[in-house]
This record gives sequence, structure tokens and C-alpha cells, in this order.
Amino acid sequence: MIEFTFWDIARNLMLAARWTVLLSIVAFIGGGLVGLAILIARIDRRKWLSRPAEWYIGLFQGTPLLLQLFLVFFGLPRIGLRIDPWLTAVLGLTLCASAFLAEIWRGGVEALPRGQWEASASLGLHYWRQLRLIVLPQVLSMTRAPTVGFLVQLVKSTALTSIIGFEELLRTANAINNATFQPFTVYGFVALIFFVICFPLTRYVDALEKRRA
Amino acid sequence: MGSSLDFGWLGEAFAAIARGAGITILMILVSALLGIILSVLGAAARRSRQAPLRYAVTAYVELIRNTPFIVQMFFIFFGLPTVGILLNPLAVAILAVTINLTAYGIEIVGAGLDAVSRGQKEAGLALGLRPRQVFVKIVLPQALKVIFPALSSQIVIMMLESAAVSQIAVKELTYEADLIQARTFLPFETYLVVALIYLVLSIALRRLLQFGGRRYLFGGLA
Repeated sequence: MIEFTFWDIARNLMLAARWTVLLSIVAFIGGGLVGLAILIARIDRRKWLSRPAEWYIGLFQGTPLLLQLFLVFFGLPRIGLRIDPWLTAVLGLTLCASAFLAEIWRGGVEALPRGQWEASASLGLHYWRQLRLIVLPQVLSMTRAPTVGFLVQLVKSTALTSIIGFEELLRTANAINNATFQPFTVYGFVALIFFVICFPLTRYVDALEKRRA
Repeated sequence: MGSSLDFGWLGEAFAAIARGAGITILMILVSALLGIILSVLGAAARRSRQAPLRYAVTAYVELIRNTPFIVQMFFIFFGLPTVGILLNPLAVAILAVTINLTAYGIEIVGAGLDAVSRGQKEAGLALGLRPRQVFVKIVLPQALKVIFPALSSQIVIMMLESAAVSQIAVKELTYEADLIQARTFLPFETYLVVALIYLVLSIALRRLLQFGGRRYLFGGLA
């Protein structure tokens, strides 16, 4: 039997954590881009655009992420793709993140005084330029705290991708725990790594909220 | 590629799905009840004059809020037997869900307590009520009224996150789905149906909390 020292456990977990970080970043960027599209549809005055966006958001916010991951995982072969944990993890988290981010930003759009739209219209800007130059910059800056707050949720959510076989921090931890039977050490260290990633972000959110209050 | 969906298995699987949904509901209701009580105690402890108590509660809240639920659950589930404590999976799940929910609950209840104006407390004390009476009868009911929507949302989010307890073999909704898809070889259809059941449950739970909150918690408080 191979002996695992504490250093072996720590080193393997820290190496696996790179995948957790990478997945978080990719899903946050992907979710931001898709979320922007959902947001634009959601705030459109035409019902046939805003309604489906509303359903999309409700669907992803009202079902467990774990089941969304299962559906992507087993849905890939149905659209002719091979089952793949990395693709499933990225796609699943991106879709979920897009719904949450769109809803957060929609709150910002609602909170923005109507005068901002009217003033930019009276300056002769058409809809897309109003959105791009006047509305979105203010909305993104107003909603920075909940947006970063969601990033913390997203980082923690990556742990669920271990279940569909993506080799990130938690999946590596499970393998090490099976070999060493030191659950407190192994999962304690996993928790510590997540804490080190998430806590600074949480402090940043608290600081932003305090500044606003 | 098979694009048609097959739902012929639904009749047979109905009982298992209903049983699983029952466990999911039981788990979240028990945890929510315990969680709300502990959140109130925690939020009160966070404003106590004892500094060590305040720090302990803050450390607990930050530790839980900044680590994934499933890691907390594995820590408890695999850890407890190594120190000689054997619990069944459902008990571990309720414990883990309660611990997680309480951390967020303390934050939410704390925000509610901050929102009640100082004058309320001072008026209560001026009327000759003891500090504990002022907290329980005057400040807390008003705080709960303010934060009840946020607390309800957190409970619904927790119910959705509780799907992860299928990983420690708690026989709830997602676990039953795992078993059904292994038998029918129709994973996509199975998880689709179960995801929609979660959607209905989350809408129903939100309604129930709103209704129950208005009717029983704030009855005398317009």
C-alpha cells in the first residue's frame, strides 16, 4: 500500500484546485456573456422575447444544479456529442450562471431611474447605444456586489461537478480519502482551499455593500 | 441519435418518486424549523456583550458561507464514524442542511434586527419590560417580518441544494431518480421529470412559506 503523508495529500489537492479555479473562471465568463443575452431579451418590451427569457431564468433558479448537470451530461449524446465531463461542467455551470446573472442585472435595470433612458433617447441615441453606453455601464457598476456574491456561489458549485466525473478538487479528495481513510484531514483541507478562494471575495462584497449603505 | 422521449416508465416509478419527494420535503421542513430557531439564537449571540461568543458565531458563519455544502456534508458523513459516532444518512443530511442553513439564517436575521429602529427597544425598556422580553416580544417579531421573504428564499435554495445528499445514499428525490434511471436506462427522461418535480416543489414551498408566515407568524402584527 502506498503511504500518503500530509504533504502528499496537500500537494495533490492543491494541484486539483487548479481545475476548480479554471472551471470557475470559464463558467463565470461564459455565464456573463450568455447572461447578457438573456438580460437583453428579458428587458425587451416585446413579450415573445421577454417571456421565454423569464421562463429560462425561472427554470434554472427553480431546479437543482445537480440535476441540470445530469441533464447536460445525458443530453450531450442526444445532440450527437460524446459524453464528456469537462464539457458538461462548463456547459452546465455556464447555463446556470447565465440565468442567475441575468436576474441580478435585471434588478439593476429596474432600479435605474427611467430618466436615464429618456435622457439618452433625447440625445438622439438609438436603443442599442442607449443600452451599451448609458444603461449597462451603470447597471454593472450598481450590481457589482451581488455579481461578485454570485461568483462565490459559482466557485462553491463547481464541487458538484465531481459527481458527473469532472476531476476537480472534490473528486480528487474522494479518491485520496478512499486510499487514506483520513476524512477530517482530506475534507478539512478541501474546505480550507475553498475558503481561501471564497473568503476574500466575500470580504470584497461586504466592503462594497458597506460603501453603498 | 434518438430524439424522441420515452415516458412509458412513469406509471411504475410513481410510487418511488412520491416517496423520494416526501423525504426531500421532510428533510427541508425539519431543517428549516431547526435552522430558524438556531439562526435567531445565533443572531442574538452575535450581538451579545461577550466578545468570544461574538467571534465564535462570526467564525462559524464565515466558515460555512465560504465552503461548499457537499464538502461540509462529506466532512460530517465520512468524519463522524472515525471518531466512533454512527448516524444514519438521513440524520447526517438533516444535520448538514441545518448547519448550512443556519449560517445564512444568522446573516439574514441579523440584518432584520439591524432594521428595527433603536426607539422600539428604548420604548420597550421605558415601559419596564426586561431586556429579554423586549427582544422576544418587540424587536424579534418586527425583524422576522422584515426578513421573512429573504429567509423563505434561502430555504427554497437549500431545498434545491439538498439534491446533493443523494450522494450519501439518503433515499430522497434525486436518489430515487438515480435508481430509476439505472433500471430503465432512460437517464435523460428520468432527470427531466424529477427536475420538473423540484420546480413544482420550490414554487409550492415558496407559496407555503408566504402563506404560513402571513397567517401564523405575523397574525397580530399588521
